[in-house]
Amino acid sequence: MREVPLQTEVKSAKRIKVSSLAKTRKRSDYFWAYLMIAPTMLGLIIFYLWPIVQNFYFSFTEWGAFGQYEWTGLDNYKRLLEDAALLKAFKNTSIYIIFTVPIGIFLSIIVAVLLNQNIKGKSIYRTLYFLPVITMPAAIAMVWKWMYNADYGMFNYLLSLVGIDGPQWVSDPNIALYSIIAVAIWSGIGYNMVIFLSGLQGIPKMYYEAAEIDGAGPVTVFFKITLPLLSPVIFFVTIMSLIGAFQVFDLIFMMIGKSSTALESTQSIVYLFYQHAFVLNDKGYAAAIAVLLLAVILIITAIQMVLQKKWVHYD
Amino acid sequence: MDRTFKLFTGKTFLFHFILIIGAAAMVLPFLWMILTSLKTYAESIQVPPVLIPEDFQWGNYKEVFGLLPFFKFMYNTVIITVLRTAGQLFLCSLAAYAFARIEFPGRNILFLLALTVLMVPGQVFLLPQYMIMVKLGWLNSLQAVIVPGLFSAFGTFLLRQFFMGLPKELEEAARLDGCNHFQIYWKVMLPLAKPGLIALGIFTTLWSWNELMWPMIVNSSPESMTLSVGLSSLQGQYLTNYPILMAGSFLAILPMLILFIFLQKQFIEGIAVTGGK
Repeated sequence: MREVPLQTEVKSAKRIKVSSLAKTRKRSDYFWAYLMIAPTMLGLIIFYLWPIVQNFYFSFTEWGAFGQYEWTGLDNYKRLLEDAALLKAFKNTSIYIIFTVPIGIFLSIIVAVLLNQNIKGKSIYRTLYFLPVITMPAAIAMVWKWMYNADYGMFNYLLSLVGIDGPQWVSDPNIALYSIIAVAIWSGIGYNMVIFLSGLQGIPKMYYEAAEIDGAGPVTVFFKITLPLLSPVIFFVTIMSLIGAFQVFDLIFMMIGKSSTALESTQSIVYLFYQHAFVLNDKGYAAAIAVLLLAVILIITAIQMVLQKKWVHYD
Repeated sequence: MDRTFKLFTGKTFLFHFILIIGAAAMVLPFLWMILTSLKTYAESIQVPPVLIPEDFQWGNYKEVFGLLPFFKFMYNTVIITVLRTAGQLFLCSLAAYAFARIEFPGRNILFLLALTVLMVPGQVFLLPQYMIMVKLGWLNSLQAVIVPGLFSAFGTFLLRQFFMGLPKELEEAARLDGCNHFQIYWKVMLPLAKPGLIALGIFTTLWSWNELMWPMIVNSSPESMTLSVGLSSLQGQYLTNYPILMAGSFLAILPMLILFIFLQKQFIEGIAVTGGK
C-alpha cells in the first residue's frame, strides 16, 4: 500500500517512460505478427488469391495448341449460354443435389437421434457408420462399381433371386445418375451424423425432462424440441452439403468410363470443367465455367442466408 | 438380468433393428471388397456368386504390386500426407495465433483476404495453379502437391477460433517473464490449442490421402502418382479383373483404416469440430 503516494508523485515522469515502453512493445508486436502471418499469407496470395484474379482473366481468353492465348472478350460467356452440354451438366448436377442433400441429411439425423439414445453398442455403431468417411472415393467408387456390375454384380444376383432382371446400373443413361446418388448418400451419412450428434449433445437435458413431465410422446418431442434446437446445425450442414454436392467429381469420374454410354447423362459441371481444362485444352472456356460455379455457389449461400431467418432458431 | 432383457423390448429393439440394418449397409461393401480380393478370377464371375473363396488368393495382392509400382504410390502418398499435415499445422497455427492474439495494422483486411479463399470453390484456383506448376517446372513432382497444400485458409480460420477462446492472463504472465510472441505461441498457446490441432491434423490427413483431382492433373507419371490416382489408372488397365481391382482398393484404404482404428475418438471428434465450427 505504501506505493500509492509514490506512484502519484512520479506519475508524470513515468508516463513518458511507459508510453515509450508501450511503443517499443507495440513495434515488437507488429514485427512478430507480420512475421508469423507471412508464410501463410504469402502462400495464400501466390497459390490461391492471385489465381482467382488470373482465372477471371483466363475466362476472357481463348487458348491455342501450344499454351498461347488471346483476348476474346465475352465470347466464352456467350458460349456458356448456348452450350447444350453445360445445360445438361447443370441438370445432372441439380438432380444429384436434389436427391443426395435432403435424403442424406434426413438419414443422418435419424442415425444421430438413435445414437443419442441410451442404448448399448453406441460407439461400435458410430465407428461402422463412419467407415465410408475415411475411405478414399476412388476405392469406394471401385467397389460399388463391382457390386453394380450388370453380369456378375451382387445387386443383380440378389434381384435375380426374386425373379427380376437387373438393370445396367452404371451404363444405362436413365439409371446411372441414380446409382451414383445412392453411393454419394451412403458415403456421406457418417460425416453428417457426427456433426448432428455433437449438435444433439449440446441440447440441454432439461427440455426433454420438461417434455416428459408434460407427457409429450417421442414424435412430439422430436418435432417440437429436437428439430428446432438442432436447426442451426441443420442449416450449417445443408449449406456445406449443397456446396459440396455442387462440386461432385470423384465418384462420377471413377464410376463412369470416359467412353460410357451414360457419360452424357451423368457428367456434372465440375466434370465438364475438368474436361475442358485438362483434356480438351479449352482452358479459356473452362475458366468461364469456374466463374459460373463461383457465381452459383455464392447465390446458394446468399439464398440460404435469407431463408435461415425463417426457420433457424438461435437461442 | 433385467437390463439384458430390456435390450430386446419395444423401443430399444426397434432402435437396434434400424441401426443394425444401417450398419450392415455400411460394412457390406467393405466385406465384399475383401472377399472378392481373395477370389480367383473364375470365382469372382461365377453365378451364383461364391461367398467365401475356396482358397484365399493372397497372390492377388502380390500381383497388384507387380502390375503397378504400388510401393512407390504408397510412399508418395505418405510423404505428401505427412508433409502437408505437419506444414499446415505449423504455418496455420502460427498465422492463427497472430490473427487471434496480436493487434496490428491491417489485421482485419488481411484476415478477410484469407476468408475469401474459403468462400471460393476449388475449381476457380485449379487452372492458374496448374499454370504456376508448369512455369515452375513442377509437373510430375511431389512438391506440386505438397507446396500449395501447405497453406490453408480453413486451417487458419479454425485455429484462430481456438486461440481466441484462451484467457488473456496466460499471455500476460508469459510476457512478464520476458517471453516474446513466438515463445508465448510455442510454449503457452500451442499446448492449449491441442484439440484444434488434432482436428486440423486429422482433417488434412484424410484430405491429402484421399484427394483425386489435383494430384491427377499435376502428376500423371507413375514416379509421382498418389494412391488415388494409381487406383484410377489401375481401373483403366484391368477393367474387368475385379479380384485385382479389389485387392488394389483394399491396399489403398488399409493405412487410413488402421490409423482410424487406433485413433477413432480423435477422428470422430476432429470431424465434429471441423464440421461444427
